[in-house]
Amino acid sequence: MIWLTWRQFRTQAAVVIGGLAVVAIVLALTGPHLVSIADGYLKVCRVDKDCGVTNNPVLTTDPRLEGALNVLVILLPALIGIFWGAPLIARELETGTYRLSWTQSVTRTRWLAVKVGVVGLASVVVAALFSLMVTWWSSPIDRANLDQFGPTFGQRDLAPIGYTAFAFAVGVTAGVLIRRTLPAMAVTLVAFVAAREALTFGLRPHLLPPEHVVSAITSVNQIGFNLSPSGLQVVGTTPNLPNAWVISTDFVSASGQTPTAQFLKSACPKLLNAPPGGGPSGGGPPPAFRECAAKIGARFHEVVTYQPANRYWAFQGIETAIFIAVALLLVGLSFWWVRHRLS
Amino acid sequence: MSAVIDAQGLGKRYGRKWALTDCTIEIPAGHVVGLVGPNGAGKSTLLNLAVGLLAPTAGTIEVLGDEPAGSPEGLGRVGFVAQDTPTYSGLSVADHLRLGAHLNPTWDQGAAESRIDQLGLDPDQKAGKLSGGQRAQLALTLAVAKRPELLILDEPVASLDPLARREFLQILMETVAEQEVSVVLSSHLVADLERVCDYLVVLVASRVQIAGPVDDLLAEHRRLIGARRDTDALPANQEVIESSHTERQSTFLIRTTDPIFDPAWTVEEVGLEDLVLGYMGQAASAARNERSTLRLHS
Repeated sequence: MIWLTWRQFRTQAAVVIGGLAVVAIVLALTGPHLVSIADGYLKVCRVDKDCGVTNNPVLTTDPRLEGALNVLVILLPALIGIFWGAPLIARELETGTYRLSWTQSVTRTRWLAVKVGVVGLASVVVAALFSLMVTWWSSPIDRANLDQFGPTFGQRDLAPIGYTAFAFAVGVTAGVLIRRTLPAMAVTLVAFVAAREALTFGLRPHLLPPEHVVSAITSVNQIGFNLSPSGLQVVGTTPNLPNAWVISTDFVSASGQTPTAQFLKSACPKLLNAPPGGGPSGGGPPPAFRECAAKIGARFHEVVTYQPANRYWAFQGIETAIFIAVALLLVGLSFWWVRHRLS
Repeated sequence: MSAVIDAQGLGKRYGRKWALTDCTIEIPAGHVVGLVGPNGAGKSTLLNLAVGLLAPTAGTIEVLGDEPAGSPEGLGRVGFVAQDTPTYSGLSVADHLRLGAHLNPTWDQGAAESRIDQLGLDPDQKAGKLSGGQRAQLALTLAVAKRPELLILDEPVASLDPLARREFLQILMETVAEQEVSVVLSSHLVADLERVCDYLVVLVASRVQIAGPVDDLLAEHRRLIGARRDTDALPANQEVIESSHTERQSTFLIRTTDPIFDPAWTVEEVGLEDLVLGYMGQAASAARNERSTLRLHS
């Protein structure tokens, strides 16, 4: 059975392994250059004591390759789900070849176990290798960006492995349930994108209870203003927590209230008349701004809600575990369906 | 003699539609059994139940004394050529033999290779490029090379041209002669079966209309032609299968084990095709009567 699975799978496997090899060569050739640029910048900026995020030349060295890699690593799980997962069983059901396989001296449970096992394992290995390559190549850029919970969170380390296992399982299950290759591919894409969006934006912020930092408003730089049709709003500027995931920055009074439009109107009448345009600009903040900030600082303190930087691996682990668990459930459903419903 | 297929009250439902209802059938070992019936009689469903591709909704079915496809060993004892003879279009002929060798412990690679050679098939040819007849031959080779005790073929020649059809049945006959294998073969064309079968089962609307060795069936059936008379006027030992009347003349297809002495009749032997058509016609008119009776009652 392993032979048959491999025989049916080897062309697709060769294409992907070939692609992976090409990417590996490109990354191996360009990666060291990025590292040397990053190291060179650090040496200079440490002497000048102006190491920052925005002016690091590593961020502008290979933007096209960086963009392409990020797109590829996002697409890879979907592609594996669509081209490896969905047709795996659907094509057999669609073309009728399952009637040939299921009447050899192999039970259909074993048939399915070997197919899903071999191709599923290959999917996970490909995802792991690709993620490893991208993570290694991007490490100088990621170290400069200091935004590990940002858009790259799902493109590094463990996350792509979980996504790929899940996408593959969605493909297999869709194929088993729908029994037609093309519709199964379409459903796989839609289901995968929906699940990833739901987890990234819906579930991920709640995976662990966030931490809070409460601090007095001592600097004008902690405050920004928004003038919207509904009135003046005060917003917190991003606090300096490298690699942490800042979920919100709020201003709260001792009694737990946030600044109302009414309070702002009375505290900062001058700002209402002359829109400050967001924050301090060249030549320091205008006097009206300072006055207003001082009044807000007298009544409110700043509360930063965030996930600390050292929770990165916990988040990677939990998210990957969730996707792998759902993948296993889906595979279980496929087995049950093939045994009991496809007859 | 034990039954290769033993079905009791077997039924299969798809959604709300029954493809097979209350089918009871025992097919003995050691024969080439032709399963014949009109389209939709449930032949294909019955055979797919027998190889375990389908599971019964009602009743039971045993194949070689076991639950169909219950174990790898059980699967190995039954060879199956599915309708439209599916093969992997991207795999070559040789790959299909390798597939058979990897998936069947009882596989006979030498026999499979010599058969492919004998058929003149190119081992490197992709199965998708084979003609319908060649594909059917490849599927038969796969089913035979695993050395089954029972070979089940579901409409294997339905989509083949007459020449390919004859060749396929020829090879099948040679196989049966070489190996001690029971064969069950379905078709809606009696002419195909006549050439190869020594046992016949006529299935109409899930019901076995008649079953038995072909020679016995032919010996027991006669056509009577003579002056017009009523069906009821025939003696009790002559079961009327089919009757047709013109103004002056009556023709009966009868089943009897006794000699016919009535000199008023011209007695003719019956061919297999006429016999089968007679039973199919009987079942069809019975169904018609049932429907009209139902209509009268409602």
